[in-house]
Amino acid sequence: MYAYDEIDRTLVNERVAEFRDQVKRRLSGELTEDEFKMLRLQNGVYLQLHAYMFRVAIPYGTLSSRQLRRLAHVARRYDRGYGHFTTRQNIQFNWIKLAELPDALADLAEVGIHAMQTSGNNTRNVTSDQWAGVAPGEIEDPRIWSEILRQYTTLHPEFSFLPRKFKFAITASAHDRAAIKIHDIGLRLHKNEAGETGFEVLVGGGLGRTPFIGKTIKPFVHGCDLLSYVEAIMRVYNQYGRRDNIYKARIKILVHELGIEKFAAEVEEEWQQMRDGSLKLDEEVVEDIRSRFSYPAYEKLPHMPDELRKAAQDPKFEAWRTNSVFPHKVQGYAITAISLKPVGGPPGDATADQMDALADLADKYSFGEIRVGHEQNLALPHVARRDLPALWKALDKIGLATPNVNLVSDIIACPGLDYCSLANARSIPIAQELTRRFANHDTANLIGRLHINISGCINACGHHHVGHIGILGVEKNGEEFYQITIGGRADEQAELGTLIGPAVKYGEVADVIEDIVEAYLALRARPDELFVDTVKRLGVEPFRERVYATR
Amino acid sequence: MPLVKGGKITEDPFVHVADGAELPPEGRVLVSAARFLEDPEALFARSGKVSVTWPNNRDVDDLVPHLDRLGAVALVFPTFRDGRAYSQARLLRERHLYRGELRATGQVLRDQFVFMLRAGFDAFDVKKQADAEAFAQTVQRYSVFYQPTGDGRITALHRRMQLRHSESAGL
Repeated sequence: MYAYDEIDRTLVNERVAEFRDQVKRRLSGELTEDEFKMLRLQNGVYLQLHAYMFRVAIPYGTLSSRQLRRLAHVARRYDRGYGHFTTRQNIQFNWIKLAELPDALADLAEVGIHAMQTSGNNTRNVTSDQWAGVAPGEIEDPRIWSEILRQYTTLHPEFSFLPRKFKFAITASAHDRAAIKIHDIGLRLHKNEAGETGFEVLVGGGLGRTPFIGKTIKPFVHGCDLLSYVEAIMRVYNQYGRRDNIYKARIKILVHELGIEKFAAEVEEEWQQMRDGSLKLDEEVVEDIRSRFSYPAYEKLPHMPDELRKAAQDPKFEAWRTNSVFPHKVQGYAITAISLKPVGGPPGDATADQMDALADLADKYSFGEIRVGHEQNLALPHVARRDLPALWKALDKIGLATPNVNLVSDIIACPGLDYCSLANARSIPIAQELTRRFANHDTANLIGRLHINISGCINACGHHHVGHIGILGVEKNGEEFYQITIGGRADEQAELGTLIGPAVKYGEVADVIEDIVEAYLALRARPDELFVDTVKRLGVEPFRERVYATR
Repeated sequence: MPLVKGGKITEDPFVHVADGAELPPEGRVLVSAARFLEDPEALFARSGKVSVTWPNNRDVDDLVPHLDRLGAVALVFPTFRDGRAYSQARLLRERHLYRGELRATGQVLRDQFVFMLRAGFDAFDVKKQADAEAFAQTVQRYSVFYQPTGDGRITALHRRMQLRHSESAGL
């Protein structure tokens, strides 16, 4: 955990006071809705179909139990008793009242949580690997650099009015769980030939209307140069990014139009003029941030305790353990994923009661720490393996033991037309129907790892382009239609999916997905050939044939 | 539009001269970049300082050779959400070491004041009277700053280092 000090707390409180003043001026009519719009967007407040929506940042996906309880409190006190975890380590509340927002922010500020820059054309919440600091084989805990970037980007005096939103993601593992290749700037910690730690910097990734996989702009940037290099990129973008067309305003378009070599040269020229300036990080400063991350005092525990051996005889426990429990860097401990994808439920939602109960379980079994991942699931990052059976029972009681992590029903979906004013089509009911179709655990297990991503419009909040199966809602003559892509992925081998054919109607989506999955089961070379690998090997044609032959 | 300078509402000393309009024979004037670049020497030959409104889509490099003779540089915010002039301001102040008046003009509202000060602006053509009157109060909204800029305010990272050193020195 990163501990805020007085300096961090002061800034968050000052931001709350500023926003309280802005809301007051809006409510008194001193500000028009149009003027207020820019201000509220800088603090995570959208106007949705039915009410204001409030998006709160969970930087690099790390929460303390105290913070999670406070999110539960906000859900209960200011909203309708639940929250929605997003694909970018944020939580959204859908029914907030404008007049109460400043109080909700003040309540959150008490536990070091804020909503700064969770929307608007600025640098958004810096995201990272949800297993940061506990995954085996990491170069270093990427949250230290995430926090340095969080501070650097917060209320930046030059980059708070960019052409468009700007997103960072950081990973320090060979396997990318932070989807860095679909971010405006993706950072991969690695060591160079001299054994020094630094970053591969990728730029220009992003989804939306014109999806791109990020390109490497510089293979190695030293840690001490990270901020100056990032500033050089942002300065070039702030000045030359397009502002004439909102759909061409992201940095990915600038990179695409200039070409990565030309863009890199512009950045290099800028960087050379300021790299030795005040943004250079000395080791002492980095060490200070590092020292404010605390780690649990792990015990020396066996890898295979008796409790676990005994529980393995229960097939229900085993079903959960197989899909939810992952290796930890410390022997005797495990990372435990918590599925927020119950059969028939909206993906990523948690009730206030579940949040409170999970906070208690985190205190009991995970040193008071919870993680939030881009797949819209949670995790307890430090569970002693001997406690897994007890934890499972407790999770099951509160509806958080669905054994489907990484399986076909572990669906990523945006809020869609049920909430969002930008949406063209519904996402949640599609996801709910699919979880019912694939509710049989044995079938889901047989299918294996398969990521379905659903977006209700081209803005792609559900990251449909990089789903193994992607579903995009579009509107045709007032009717909801869905385009289906296959073969996308968001990890270190990130790729955009390929459209399989004409869009299908709302009522046909689940049937089509079932057809695709059945085709895969018939086509895969071996039981352990993943869906996405079968698509890679065979292309989309056999799937297209299967889906459209009878339609 | 009230002008705020030195933290207070003041009279604008510059006569704003539109393109094509006749220049007053003497006295301080503010002209567009296009008019200025047509014949800078003729403008400098007049009595009375010349100031320039510089558009946010033009490289400030073209202005650099003239900086030490200008009365003021006005950078433009066509809308609240167009932030190009923040970069221009920092480049003028921090890279080209411009020390004269740097004025924000266009859609300048209360909620940009702190950002603008940090980027190096010291004069503000404020759109609304109420915002201009609230200037002194608004700029005190923040006492913590995470980024180093040319305004010299100490950053959070460095304040922490100072605190740490003073603690270890037993102060």
